[in-house]
Amino acid sequence: MIEQIPQLLFTGLGIGAIYALVALGFVLLIRAASVVNFAQGEFSMLGAYAMVVLTAGLGVPYFVALPIAVVVMAGFGVVFAYTTYWPLRHRGQLPVIISTIGASIFLANIVLFLYGPSPAALPGLFDDAGFEVGGVFMDGQFIAIIVAATALVLLQFVIFEKTLLGKKLQATSQDKEMASLLGIPVAVMILITFAYSAALGGLAGILVAPVLFVSVGMGALISLKAFAANIIGGFGNIPGAIIGGLALGVVETFGAAFISVPYKDAIAFALLLAFLLVRPQGLFGEKIAEKA
Amino acid sequence: MAGTGSKGGGLPDTRAWRGLPWLVLAVVVVFAGRGLLPETGYHLNILMQAVTYAIGVTGLVVVLGYCGQISLAQAAFFGLGAYGVGIGTTDFGLPFVVALAAGVGLATVFGVGLGFASLRLGGHYLAMVTISFQQILTLVLANWIGLTHGPDGVKGIPRPVLAGFSFEPGDRYLALCMAVLAGVIWYAWRLRGSRLGRAMQAVRDNEIAASTCGINTYATKVMAFALSALLGGLGGGLFSGAFRYISPDQFAFGESIVLLTMALLGGVQSPFGALLGTSLLVILPEALRFLKLIYLAVYGAAVILIMVFLPEGLWGFVANRLRRTAPPPEGDLVPLPLLAQTGMDSVEVALAITGLAKHFGGLKALDGVDVAVRRGTVHALIGPNGSGKSTFINVVTGLYRPTAGRIILAGQDVTGTSPHARVRMGLARTFQNIRVFRGMTVLENVMVGAERPGNDVAGDPAAVVQRALAALDFVGLRADANRPVGTLSYGYQRYVEIARALAGSPHVLLLDEPAAGLNLSEKHELGLLLRRLKGHGLTVLIVDHDMTLVEQVADHITVLNFGRRIADGLPGEALGHPDVIAAYLGEPRDAAA
Repeated sequence: MIEQIPQLLFTGLGIGAIYALVALGFVLLIRAASVVNFAQGEFSMLGAYAMVVLTAGLGVPYFVALPIAVVVMAGFGVVFAYTTYWPLRHRGQLPVIISTIGASIFLANIVLFLYGPSPAALPGLFDDAGFEVGGVFMDGQFIAIIVAATALVLLQFVIFEKTLLGKKLQATSQDKEMASLLGIPVAVMILITFAYSAALGGLAGILVAPVLFVSVGMGALISLKAFAANIIGGFGNIPGAIIGGLALGVVETFGAAFISVPYKDAIAFALLLAFLLVRPQGLFGEKIAEKA
Repeated sequence: MAGTGSKGGGLPDTRAWRGLPWLVLAVVVVFAGRGLLPETGYHLNILMQAVTYAIGVTGLVVVLGYCGQISLAQAAFFGLGAYGVGIGTTDFGLPFVVALAAGVGLATVFGVGLGFASLRLGGHYLAMVTISFQQILTLVLANWIGLTHGPDGVKGIPRPVLAGFSFEPGDRYLALCMAVLAGVIWYAWRLRGSRLGRAMQAVRDNEIAASTCGINTYATKVMAFALSALLGGLGGGLFSGAFRYISPDQFAFGESIVLLTMALLGGVQSPFGALLGTSLLVILPEALRFLKLIYLAVYGAAVILIMVFLPEGLWGFVANRLRRTAPPPEGDLVPLPLLAQTGMDSVEVALAITGLAKHFGGLKALDGVDVAVRRGTVHALIGPNGSGKSTFINVVTGLYRPTAGRIILAGQDVTGTSPHARVRMGLARTFQNIRVFRGMTVLENVMVGAERPGNDVAGDPAAVVQRALAALDFVGLRADANRPVGTLSYGYQRYVEIARALAGSPHVLLLDEPAAGLNLSEKHELGLLLRRLKGHGLTVLIVDHDMTLVEQVADHITVLNFGRRIADGLPGEALGHPDVIAAYLGEPRDAAA
């Protein structure tokens, strides 16, 4: 058992990096628009299906299809914002939550109708299966996931902290009224956040596809994991989402190895419930609280 | 409450409805006896499904419609009830009713558990907690093969025999289910107008205001969850007997969405909406068979469309258009008793605050403030913006925990108690940013205040109505009693808040910037109202920075600045204090230095 630990840690971090990416898109929407998006995982599912259609269906080479799929997802994010969020934006949180749940069911079942229940396969970034380092098999796809996730987090940090657009996005998320008084087009900022969030989710779906297979159910599962990552890290907390995602991936992988495979997904939920009951502010504290 | 209905001050008389369940039961028995219900086959199945689902959907009316708490696990509760009956009757050989009770009990216990998880958690957490519970239950049903038979499901579930009368024939069993449904709808309909139902709606509309009306918001939410789970379990248990076969996929997450859609489509505010939505969504997919492959997608899209275009659902849409605002209740009223009834005569200082401090990180919003509000006086707490006035009132009412200091209400230390516990001891407040219960009428808003625990009328519905009307009469809004509160102007909504506070017969009334947002004539009216309160000898602590209003009514003034008390005394002394003048006019008091 002990000798398995490095291998499990590696696999767990790979899966966790995916959760972290989705959780990141999720947390950005919470901060920019106070939207708790239950269709976040469907963004990943749609991204993966877009890749399947482009590569397997239309014969587009992988590295050409990848940017196309990401751009398509960004556009989809805008459509999603206009249909699911925009008409309800003044009506409080619950109607928007219900609406995104509706969207999640709609998207999953439309794809089910179009492509059927059987999972599709999507090749990885590399033809090479991987290599071994000190008894740990370094799966090529997991390496790609970890590298891509790290790069995206760094990119996001640079955009948010070093560019004017990033400052405007931050201002929007902190105080919409003040931001709009300062001449920041708040509506545009929110749409950009939706587009970015959908693109990020889509990319996560494409990266994880070779590991999980592309299926209709992957979206719901990923949504829940991203939400759990958020709770564990602290709701609305960006570093918390990343660390929460990684932690969840590792705990889940160890749980599957040492406890039970069929209940692997229950581990995430049990962890989520435990955090909600014992430490609802998460590891790093909640960023959003209601004012009396 | 028997015999008190006619004293309800002209409220719609509900006694005529009390016979409803018996009427429905009679109709059902006649239907079944005459062979008017189908005995087998397709139509029986459709009806069985609609009736048992509608019971579960009524649970969503309670938790989501009344209490505003989202639950995405209704299919799980439904499943617990179903498996209780399924396993109980087949593997454990229990009588149907015992197995049903076990299943319903199990569902209720889990409902209470989820309700506890709602402590401090808002909508999105709750949605997630319920989804997690739903997913875990589905996994357990499919994998705990020793108990649940796993994916194979439970077969051959019997129907009950009650007092020697067998409900084995399909039409009889359906009649039984219909009778249960009628009872459930009747109960949910009655709940809406009850004290508990009003408390749930108050929590839904404004949780903070609910807690300052003496409602234990936490217990109310747990209760709503428990009731919702109970009804889910009941529906599921009957479903089990209806179809005689159950399997885990019938109670998966997708089914929770179906149940939610039914509630939203029909109208989640009313049990009749639940019945309508369920009937439509059970019958429609069967009628539109070509949707079979894509029906969940249609449900998903329907959820969004309903939220956007028909937020109150079909039933709510129709009911809102047919509804006429009832004329204001007439008849003589007992005048509003404004002087506190109990325990205060011996106490000189009604509200004593010593050394009160509240720090937010490094910011000392309050730093050792002493205030003594003497019984029967109007005490004003003033100060410029940012002086700590709002923090003060939030700490005193229990919404914030103080960093240090003590709060003594009518001689009792309440420093560590919850907001609703302080209300029970006679503290009432209004809010600077109006917090009325928007989904309710003016009268219902004030009834919530009159029902505060510890009030002399609480628990007597007719007296509560009387007291609420008297409070509305006092502020001049009796004619608007049956209007939805949102249709009143901003100034009048403030009066509704004041009436809500007065209806609870408080010992001490805290008014948080009552003049904020009012125009000149409204401020004048407010001044007159405060003088009348003062004339009745009510103890009032008013927090404001409107000097004219304060000068008109205050017996005693405390001035705050930067979280510290800078003056305290009679109005003339306090307002003439050099530090106060400096704080308000910004005179350079350190100019010499």
